[in-house]
Amino acid sequence: MSAPTVTRATRASSVATVIALIALVLLAAAPWWAGRADMRLMGEILLYLSLACLWNLMAGYAGLVSVGQQAFVGFGGYMLFALTIFGGLHPIAAIIAAGGLAAIVSIPIATLIFRLKGAYFAIGTWVIAEVFRLSFAQVSALGGGSGSSLPVGIVKSLAASRSGREALSYWLALGAAVVVISAVYLFLRSRRGLALTAIRDSEVAASGLGIDIWRTKLEVYVVTSAFTAIIGGLIFLQKLRISPDAAFSVNDWTAFVIFIVVIGGIGTLEGPIIGTLLFFALRETLADFGTIYLMVLGLVAIVVMLKAPKGVWGLIRDRFDLELFPLSYRVRTATDKGA
Amino acid sequence: MPDLLTLHALDAHYGDFQALFGIDMTLADGEVIAIIGANGAGKTTMLRSISGLLRNRADQIVYRGQPIGALRADRVAHLGIALVPEGRQLFPSLSVEENLLLGGKVGRPGPWSMEKVFGLFPILEERRRQASTSLSGGQQQMVAIGRALMANPDFVMFDEVSLGLAPVVIKSIYDALPDIVGEGMTAMIVEQDISKALSVSSRVYCLQEGRVSLEGRTKDVTHDQITQAYFGVAA
Amino acid sequence: MIEWVGVIVQGTLLGGLYALFAAGLSLIFGVMRLVNIAHGDLIVLAAYLGLSTTMMLDVHPFVALIVVMPLMAGIGYALQRGVLNQTLGPDILPPLLVTFGLSVILQNALLEGYTADPQKLNGGAIETASLSAGGLAVGVLPLLTFVVAVAMIACLQWIFYKTSLGRGFRAVSDNQDIAQIMGLNKAHVFGLAMALALAVTAIAGILLGMRTSFDPAIGGGRLIFGFEAVIIGGLGSLWGTLAGGVILGVAQTIGAKIDPGWQLLAGHIAFLVVLAVRPNGLFPRVEH
Repeated sequence: MSAPTVTRATRASSVATVIALIALVLLAAAPWWAGRADMRLMGEILLYLSLACLWNLMAGYAGLVSVGQQAFVGFGGYMLFALTIFGGLHPIAAIIAAGGLAAIVSIPIATLIFRLKGAYFAIGTWVIAEVFRLSFAQVSALGGGSGSSLPVGIVKSLAASRSGREALSYWLALGAAVVVISAVYLFLRSRRGLALTAIRDSEVAASGLGIDIWRTKLEVYVVTSAFTAIIGGLIFLQKLRISPDAAFSVNDWTAFVIFIVVIGGIGTLEGPIIGTLLFFALRETLADFGTIYLMVLGLVAIVVMLKAPKGVWGLIRDRFDLELFPLSYRVRTATDKGA
Repeated sequence: MPDLLTLHALDAHYGDFQALFGIDMTLADGEVIAIIGANGAGKTTMLRSISGLLRNRADQIVYRGQPIGALRADRVAHLGIALVPEGRQLFPSLSVEENLLLGGKVGRPGPWSMEKVFGLFPILEERRRQASTSLSGGQQQMVAIGRALMANPDFVMFDEVSLGLAPVVIKSIYDALPDIVGEGMTAMIVEQDISKALSVSSRVYCLQEGRVSLEGRTKDVTHDQITQAYFGVAA
Repeated sequence: MIEWVGVIVQGTLLGGLYALFAAGLSLIFGVMRLVNIAHGDLIVLAAYLGLSTTMMLDVHPFVALIVVMPLMAGIGYALQRGVLNQTLGPDILPPLLVTFGLSVILQNALLEGYTADPQKLNGGAIETASLSAGGLAVGVLPLLTFVVAVAMIACLQWIFYKTSLGRGFRAVSDNQDIAQIMGLNKAHVFGLAMALALAVTAIAGILLGMRTSFDPAIGGGRLIFGFEAVIIGGLGSLWGTLAGGVILGVAQTIGAKIDPGWQLLAGHIAFLVVLAVRPNGLFPRVEH
């Protein structure tokens, strides 16, 4: 028997990588094989997937349970409108700039609401989102409380034809999802990611190891805010219309995202992906029932939280010892070929 | 004398860690026994099991013929089993008087009342309105003992009552013990201070690494036996 | 000048309502460290239960309290023992996410049962009655709301510090294990705390429903007002919560006086300023 080796990759993760690459190629080719409605739906799925990964990074890894992510979704959306209409920026440039602005804005916000602990932090984030909503409702140049539409000239600057615009907006959503998932994955693999895991497991022990908890959490908050704003910009680039109530909706941008992550499996990278697929499957079958659908969703989330707190992915992982994103280290001896 | 409490092959676990391995023990009604053992021997774990804070299989702990191993702590309390916990653990938001009143919450009839506790520890009557945290360590221990007695238990477990107290204070508390158990109470004295524990008990059990390493009548066990049982090495 | 005095008086009285929103939140946090995200929706639920009671029995909303208070208390006890007790522990995620799910369920159940149309409880003559003194007119209903808030806070304070029930609340809050070996069943004590909190919520809901129109979506906003009152006042202090409610109410009426669109924003800004300057609130509980 040779000396044991330590590795992160497993056979399942290698297979998953291959499948993911094939899926990515297929998804990238969607404008040539998917219908207009399907592509719109897939774009929406990809944007929700991104939001879910970001919320999961905050809540599941950094312990920052926010119910106010709509603040940055709406902020990104409004910045897209403001920077294109008044700043003359190209929509894509505006969306990237929105991310940068969100990062800057999120720093003073974090210094303030990090003073609130645990669940009070959560409600604090909600207050911030309300402040954003009420403030943007005061800006009459952007339509005040009733909102405004993206001018035709700006929409046309994306691509001349409607199908061209739809394809571009879909690719942007796909690109954003790939960037977000990769960024979260690489972050968690990095030294900072390890620090984050240490904090989640024990704040006291982590600070004993010389990890600056406050700073690490701040970094996560700022980066998440920036990406969330970019996703927000993409969401409203699809919608082409914005209003304070739609932009800062707690149900649309936070409740659904939380349900996705909880049902899929909080604190795992695979969870948001599974959760997003389940969420949309549920929505497409039950959406006709309106309020009942939302009640079922809430109920499922409660049951999952109580009975299987690691979500659907947690159940699968415990059953088969699978890990598609190789994060944990495995010690393996030459005789042990199991994965 | 009839058996009051019996432990049958009691095991206890904290997650994957097993703290007790098949403890067998019998207490007769009215008896005072000492439990000695080093840090981590499983003494406090055993008390947590008996008091219901750790749940076990029902038949592993039998009290007056009734299996109680799986009962919740508040149900165990109502059966007349009380604990003076290690480190006192008074309720910081409650005054001295309120701590005692809470001890009487189970409402069992019997000789103990607030007046009687104040008779035993007069200093507590002077301090009755004070926050329990403002008392000295010894006075806090008196409140903890009084709080347990207020329940009028048939069986009291004392967990390390001498820990962290000055010798003179320990003496005054141990001087009060005969008055307490004189009421026909059964008691289990858990101590690291072996001589104190042996001085008030008729039988002794020594725990070592979660197992009973010695049991016998206090007057029969020798110093060498205790050293062997306590440390696991020959003296 | 007298105009501004009027604004401050109105804000103070409005603060009474916010203190009622906050009292239940403060109580359950104090006893079991639970922050109930569905608290605002439970206030709205109480208002709707009041609506149904007034319509079915043809009674005044105040009389409806005889039905709604015990009903809400019962819901609270069942909710705590049936669901919320299972979420309590060192991890903050389960209570937070479960009450969040509950909030969504409640909102949509109300939407299903009562539609999205705004409703109002009909308080009759008391709604328009006012007292005037020195050129200052004060509505009877807001005044009554404030008096009820002060009375409720005093009552909760009394229960907490002078009764056997309150002793149990404090003991379980201090040390669950030791309270349990003193014969207190913590699951039951937590149930009673939630029952009491929702009984107060019932009063808050009825007064809210008489004061303004309500619909199933407004719960989140009420939660935020209650939360802001708690944080401004300082965690764990019931009288502080009343003060927090008053500060929030005054900030809102001053904001509204400057520009109607500024009412809510001014309240939030007051909260953020307090958080920046006094992160532990204005009247935090003194630790022993």
